[in-house]
Amino acid sequence: MKVLQALGIVLALMLLAYLGVEVPGGRTLFGVVLPYLGFAVFIIFFIAKVMGWAKSPVPFRIPTTGGQANSLPWIKQNKLDCPSTTSGVIGRMFLEVFLFRSLFRNTQAKIHEGPKLSYGSSKYLWFFGILFHYSFLTIVLRHMRLFTDPIPGFVSALEFGDGFLQVGAPVIYQTDVVFLGALTFLLLRRLILPSIRYISLPADYFPLLLIMAIGTTGVVMRYVTRVDVVSVKMLTQGLATFQLGAPLDGISSLFFVHLFLITVLMMYFPFSKLMHMGGVFLSPTRNLANNSRMVRHVNPWNDPSIKPHSYAGYEDDFREFMVEAGLPVEKELEPKPAEEETPAEGAAPTESE
Amino acid sequence: MADTKVEQMSVSVAKDPSLMTGAVPKKDWMDVPAVFKPGNYCYPGKKDIVEYLDKNLPGKLFGEPREWKVEEDDWKLPENWKEIIIQGIKDRLDKFRSFKIFMDCCVRCGACADKCHFFLGTGDPKNMPVLRAELLRSVYRNEFTKAGKILGRLAGAREMTFGVLKEWFMYFYQCTECRRCSVFCPYGIDTAEITMMAREILHLVGVNINWVLEPAANSNRTGNHLGLQPHTFKQNAEFLLDDIEEVTGLKLNNLTFNRKGAEVLFIIPSADVFAEPGIYTFMGYLLLFEHIGLDYTISTYASEGGNFGSFTNNELMKKLNGKMYAEAKRLGVKWILGGECGHMWRVVHQYMDTMNGPADFMEVPKSPITGTVFKNAASSKMVHISEFTADLIKNNKLKFDKSRNDHRVVTFHDSCNPARGMGLLEEPRYIIQNVCNNFHEMPENTIREQTFCCGSGTGLNTGEIMDLRMRAGLPRANAVKHVHDKHAVNMLSCVCAIDRATLTSLMEYWNPGVEVCGVSELVGNALIMDGEKERDSGLRFEPLAGMEG
Repeated sequence: MKVLQALGIVLALMLLAYLGVEVPGGRTLFGVVLPYLGFAVFIIFFIAKVMGWAKSPVPFRIPTTGGQANSLPWIKQNKLDCPSTTSGVIGRMFLEVFLFRSLFRNTQAKIHEGPKLSYGSSKYLWFFGILFHYSFLTIVLRHMRLFTDPIPGFVSALEFGDGFLQVGAPVIYQTDVVFLGALTFLLLRRLILPSIRYISLPADYFPLLLIMAIGTTGVVMRYVTRVDVVSVKMLTQGLATFQLGAPLDGISSLFFVHLFLITVLMMYFPFSKLMHMGGVFLSPTRNLANNSRMVRHVNPWNDPSIKPHSYAGYEDDFREFMVEAGLPVEKELEPKPAEEETPAEGAAPTESE
Repeated sequence: MADTKVEQMSVSVAKDPSLMTGAVPKKDWMDVPAVFKPGNYCYPGKKDIVEYLDKNLPGKLFGEPREWKVEEDDWKLPENWKEIIIQGIKDRLDKFRSFKIFMDCCVRCGACADKCHFFLGTGDPKNMPVLRAELLRSVYRNEFTKAGKILGRLAGAREMTFGVLKEWFMYFYQCTECRRCSVFCPYGIDTAEITMMAREILHLVGVNINWVLEPAANSNRTGNHLGLQPHTFKQNAEFLLDDIEEVTGLKLNNLTFNRKGAEVLFIIPSADVFAEPGIYTFMGYLLLFEHIGLDYTISTYASEGGNFGSFTNNELMKKLNGKMYAEAKRLGVKWILGGECGHMWRVVHQYMDTMNGPADFMEVPKSPITGTVFKNAASSKMVHISEFTADLIKNNKLKFDKSRNDHRVVTFHDSCNPARGMGLLEEPRYIIQNVCNNFHEMPENTIREQTFCCGSGTGLNTGEIMDLRMRAGLPRANAVKHVHDKHAVNMLSCVCAIDRATLTSLMEYWNPGVEVCGVSELVGNALIMDGEKERDSGLRFEPLAGMEG
């Protein structure tokens, strides 16, 4: 099963780091070398991918219009779903990127006896998608405390807000719970819904399980095994400031597993579907104004040599019929030689109804 | 008509095991081959048609003209067909950012899965937009991504094989480029775009369907997809003047062809002069123009609004579309008015000015009757008939007797392209509400930007796949049935010529008693014309309310 393939890979990666740090030099490899490499791969190939997309032109202006267009002044335009100006497009993109507007439209179709089709509201994918992405973002930002000194105010504020329920010691971050909960939901959805299971690839389970493993190791370190945060921060801040040489021996193996999985995620990211993070900004059906009759859009590879079948050629083909039918012609009929082939009537295919 | 009786189909769509009814295929989709049998594929392009198109466009866009049979295992492909396909993908990745991003960004969240009318009607997993795209994406990964090259099937990659080619031919011709899935996709992935690319690529190796290619060839040579030659086109249109006279008592003499110096060039889908119920829409246009005294002409050279080229590749789309501006220039008109047609308006709205503009030889369209300047068409110089009519009504330029549509209980079908490729939603509704007393909307998940396709667009309105079409049209038909049962709706109005043809078959199958019309037919019915006789029938000679018997 595809999910087991993905699970096997994630477990193998975890084991690799767990055992790897016991080998001489392993801690430096998993704690310093690979994270640098992973980060470099992430940045370079992420940019390369986006540049690769940007290199291809947008020959046609093809927004998917999701509402009434800008037409007559007294007809109310839907400026967000069918924008005709740049500010409208920015509004549409904001809703798309930050609030997943298109996904919010989701419905679920069912077929009943009759036959009768019904379309029920179905917002749960949107809901858990939002929860997952925003808790992930919060967690990443919270981790900035490990790379900065002094810690920026917004990070401290975020931590405070995230732990505002003041439950447990150390205080439990709500996003940790939401994050793992949302991930579990997304995974179960893939496994349980027949149509979603059928379309899922190992490449769909892998990032989910990888991120779950990252979250789980992090949670275990914080709440259960209580990793030595001071040593960890020495390492991470050293990485951020290129001051290497922090002692690595005092840090638990679990931390290196956590860090290695993040390294893998960074390396995997630019080559995977996770690039939807960049792609959503460049999608031509969303980020273009619906104004192609108002403002001419230019296609850089438009081929001017493709010309319509000329009127002159058309008239040459049919002049006789045209004159006879009283249609105006550019060139009058010549006295014709006795034997000239007349073009046959081109018949359309007919429906067999 | 469809091979399967409606009673049997009704049970089949709701009960037969499919992904829609909860049955999950045992095999992974990559291991399920596409099997062609009569009724599930369209006939391939005829050799002489392919030859004709090939010689009219640069490059080898249509492959090798030949006779081949879909059900046979030898499609007579060129030796290097795989290389052609891979190169075809590469070229398009370099030319279309949309294609590149859509190949990379999908997370397979499945939001699109049950948005496709083909999936809802067939329950075939490969009709879920996500899997339709994966058919192509899997090959893309194998050839163009590191993950795919290294990890192979683990990363969802697979090699290009004849089996894959068959799958593409099957499923990219079970997509009508309606863009409904694109509305719901969190990244705006547009299957229409992917299908367009796939069809372009299939054409490169000569894998095609005749129902697209022959109309395209006809459009190129005769000006319209039906292949009507100029005199026949004129004659057909003029016949309708007699019908108008019979209904209204008026002999119109405002119909001219290829007339230089007219203010407006009017371009319609050619089916509107040819077949029911489009001809009634055409009669509506003529009555409207007579009513306001519009100085317009129709061209026999540019006598097709529809663009069958747009179902093949962007080159042929451009070539066919080019006639509109060429003819506007030759005739010296000020601007172009376009009739009711779906994909014509996708092309006119989103492609024409880019492909064949700038149209700087014309003026910014201005209604000669109301003085309204159509700023939204300032560059392309082409206005939709619904925009034009709505403006006339708003300015009180039209006199209506709404009761002449009282025998109709009307609903409105948003055609895919005007809805999701243009944003024309309110204009037709405004018109209908001004000319009809009985109007009811279908359920909200089935109209406007969420409208369902007729099931037969993009050149799939061919007789050999009738069962498939009736399945794909089920979501639309079902929504019509809802208002038919609830409000006794008996007229499905629309602004698309393909709809007028295909919805008619669809209604006959699923909802007998519901007819199909263009919005302009309703306008023509209601218009009070100077000097007309008392009308006792509508434009299709049906008795008006209170005039029956």
